[in-house]
Amino acid sequence: MAWVLRGLRDGVVTSPYPRRPDGYGDGYKASVSVLAARGGRAVDDELAGLCPTGAIRAEGGLRVDRGRCILCGRCVEARPDRFAFDASPEVAALERGAIVVPPEDDAAVERVRVELSRRVRFLRRSIHIRHVDAGSDGSEEWEVAALINPVYDVHRLGIYFTATPRHADLLLVTGVGTAGMAGPLRRTYMAMPDPKVVLAAGTDPISGGLVHPSYAGADGIGSVVPIDVFVPGSPPSPFSLLHGILVGVGLLPSTPGSLGSRAAR
Amino acid sequence: MSQRPTVVSLQPSQLAGAVAAAVRDGGRFAALVARADRGGSTVLRAVAAISGQLTTFETTLDPGVDQYPALTPAVAAAAWYEREIHDLFGLRPAGHPRLDPLVLPLGPGAEHPRPGRKDGPPHLEPDVAHLPSHVSGEGVFTITYGPVRSGVFESVEYLVETPGEEIPHLRTRVYHKHRGLQQRFSDLKVDDAVLLAERVEGTASVAHAMAISQALESLGGVEPPRSAKLIRVVHAELERVAAHLDSIIRHTEGSGQAVAYARMAFHKERILRLRGRLCGHRFGRGVVVPGGVTGPLRISLTEASAEMGRIAEAIAADTAELMTTPSFLDRLRGTGILPTSVVAEHGALGPVGRGSGLGEDVRKQRPYGAYRFLEFTTACFTEGDALARQKVRIEEIAQAFHLARQALDELPQTDEGPWRLELPPPDGVEWGSVEAPQGELLYLVEADAGRLVGVKPRSASFHNLALFAQAFRGDILTDFVFIEASFGVSMAGVSG
Repeated sequence: MAWVLRGLRDGVVTSPYPRRPDGYGDGYKASVSVLAARGGRAVDDELAGLCPTGAIRAEGGLRVDRGRCILCGRCVEARPDRFAFDASPEVAALERGAIVVPPEDDAAVERVRVELSRRVRFLRRSIHIRHVDAGSDGSEEWEVAALINPVYDVHRLGIYFTATPRHADLLLVTGVGTAGMAGPLRRTYMAMPDPKVVLAAGTDPISGGLVHPSYAGADGIGSVVPIDVFVPGSPPSPFSLLHGILVGVGLLPSTPGSLGSRAAR
Repeated sequence: MSQRPTVVSLQPSQLAGAVAAAVRDGGRFAALVARADRGGSTVLRAVAAISGQLTTFETTLDPGVDQYPALTPAVAAAAWYEREIHDLFGLRPAGHPRLDPLVLPLGPGAEHPRPGRKDGPPHLEPDVAHLPSHVSGEGVFTITYGPVRSGVFESVEYLVETPGEEIPHLRTRVYHKHRGLQQRFSDLKVDDAVLLAERVEGTASVAHAMAISQALESLGGVEPPRSAKLIRVVHAELERVAAHLDSIIRHTEGSGQAVAYARMAFHKERILRLRGRLCGHRFGRGVVVPGGVTGPLRISLTEASAEMGRIAEAIAADTAELMTTPSFLDRLRGTGILPTSVVAEHGALGPVGRGSGLGEDVRKQRPYGAYRFLEFTTACFTEGDALARQKVRIEEIAQAFHLARQALDELPQTDEGPWRLELPPPDGVEWGSVEAPQGELLYLVEADAGRLVGVKPRSASFHNLALFAQAFRGDILTDFVFIEASFGVSMAGVSG
């Protein structure tokens, strides 16, 4: 059979997201939420000690820093009454504080959103992405590359990957931010024309994840390039990445569940 | 049948000779790893596989001793290992022909991390001034390709020395991604170390978690429950399918097969989604733990088996078409030839070895878990080109589905445990080994009264990438993408 016919075999496999919700989010661990913030200081301190990356904070009520969380689920397993996996892939945020849940300060997030949206107002119909790996474990690249497979097919949304930073609007960075990649990452950022957006794809580039602390750097990419969009995940799923990209260029608001999947269980 | 290696203790001066003798007698050089002791000494361990069984040669360098006779002059496959040890520990293998920096370039007199020791340096900056960049010959110049490359790739820098089209020589720089994992491991508690193992080479998370868990299980003298072993096989084999599809996708992309590319990428997405449905994570993380697995599959066995059957059939039909598409085959046939002699001398692993007639497979030679009683065959071809490596992968995909579905058939219909047995606090030294998608994966685990003293993963990616430059024999720049994709290497596993 010719390839052209083979290509028609499964019909349309492309996701309707973000125009309509995509049911796939169901059952997939995208983030951890706090169900009950108050449980007594001693208990909360003990729960904070459970976390291998120090993502759980006990002061002033229990909080989970999704920028540190590697989704190992140890807290959910130990205390299902206080923590739960959330399946909605829409986890991206425009401010570091906003991925600490429950959030403390909404006003700051709004300020950042307005500023970014002013900056990117010309980018909405054609977005070119330059990807840089700053010390990933390799799985993030698979999820980024999945965006151009027929299921996510980001070309339909005017999103393209580009080889040269000179053509790029959005810098998508994976990895913990190693010392060896600091120079190449900085030079790639400098080579991009303004306006530009930096997206940290996963817990690794936000905080270094489980690799932090290390003599080889690994405390996230924030000290090398200014992060505009924070997408937690270990690794973030293609839907989480797509949501992050759309949030970054002002095509989607960063409040979860506003347009896409509402599949949280 | 045992995974447990034979241990030979030696004086530092005897190490090179003993390993050379083992290799001369038909053994395969598998690894050389080091670990700093808190007292200041350094333990060196070389591993050789003799008829598939592991033997380790151990020696200790006293505090202050930074030299030992190099293995590389007699065993060329040790070259990268000794360069890595030089970077990380500051050891000088005397007689090494080219001790260029590999994973962490540091200037003379710099402090080395020496993984395993307490209070190592908090930060080390790679010193690129000490990297060699020599090129000579009439009209020859160097194309630096990377570390930021054209596309979504892991960071690696290739220095392609070329007179214009041919690639007479190529060098690989892998230090950019170095994360200092060996040192990080020695700071972690046992359960956290398994989480880090899943992130050493994220596209082979299940294999890494299995290898470190198996080492801990044999230290504790605990055998995981039968159901847990079967569930491990399901996840490990789906991981193999995904990794092999990824290699095929990159071949189709490089050869401009747009429809084949879309089809293969679609199949890979289906596999990742199935894995997500089975455990809640698209890369199977959080499934394998020391002593067993965290729980049963999340969908029914019949549903899982039926979905695997559908995907297997679709992949088989599309790969069959691909392997009769001339515009695809022409790019792979005769490209990146690795003769059997070269592959055998280096002891190449996984599909790279099996494409050149070296049929080694940990699942067959040192069977572990449920592979002891499940039925499968190992694919092996002898042509040694990118096409042969591709044929190996296509056959392995079919065998992987066969194994995973057998495991589903063997699993009891009821979701009753136990899924995991408790392990005593680890104590002692042990190796774990599994057949990862990239080939033989080794884990050295050293523990002292429940505390991890050292963990060192040795991925097949690291071992195989050292052979990469030798695959260019008369190949030209446009062949590069196929040769690289046919190696199927994950840089995360190389840089450490």
